[in-house]
Amino acid sequence: MVKIKPPVVELTLPVLPDMELAATKTAEVVSKHMGLNEDQAAEINMALIEACINAFEHSESDKQIEIHFKIKDDLLEIQVTDKGIGFDKSKVAIPKIEEKLGSDYKRGWGLQLIKELMDTVEFESTEKGTTVTMTKKK
Amino acid sequence: MSDFNLEVRKEGEVVVIKTSGYLNNVGGEKISEVCYKEMESKSKFFLLDLENTKVVNSIGVSILIEIIEKLQDVDGKLGYYNLAPIVEKTFNIMGLTKYSSVFNSETEALEGIL
Repeated sequence: MVKIKPPVVELTLPVLPDMELAATKTAEVVSKHMGLNEDQAAEINMALIEACINAFEHSESDKQIEIHFKIKDDLLEIQVTDKGIGFDKSKVAIPKIEEKLGSDYKRGWGLQLIKELMDTVEFESTEKGTTVTMTKKK
Repeated sequence: MSDFNLEVRKEGEVVVIKTSGYLNNVGGEKISEVCYKEMESKSKFFLLDLENTKVVNSIGVSILIEIIEKLQDVDGKLGYYNLAPIVEKTFNIMGLTKYSSVFNSETEALEGIL
């Protein structure tokens, strides 16, 4: 039997303010095509916004980030790739509001939000860039 | 750039801020600017009507944590109503609902925040 490759929607975004919203527009079309419900679509959008913001922050301003939406039978897989310097995920602490109150650094919530909102999340990071792969089941 | 606008009004001791648009760093800064200015005039109870803010990011929400912190110093309170489910979920994940309040309506919010 011939295995058919899942359809893929590709998007390239420049590192510009609010460009993550362009990614959510595409995600909305893909979610609708897959028959995902409103809550699932909203969770995907939020996770995607955070993944894009992280990718933008790791990237130089003249670079671009790439997003692949892979439409599979039972799930949506989204990959967000930047060409930044990478990061060591073992050094990323789980944020807690108790620690943020009273601290000068209130940010650092992106990865935690992605983990909570998506079904699976994986990171592959080298000195040439980072790819975040996240999935949402139908 | 996405638009983010605020309408500010006072209901007795409570400052009500109705937002519209994407709550990102720019939106968060605009909210904090209003709050800190009102705090200089001794206001300490703030409500955000988020009916027209369906999309947020963690940077914008982090600025709300900063406002909560400053309000703690003066025994003030921050509350929200008309939240989209994903916005409420985000606030829960980030722990904001431990230190500020989500209300179901404006009436409930105006009573509950004091």
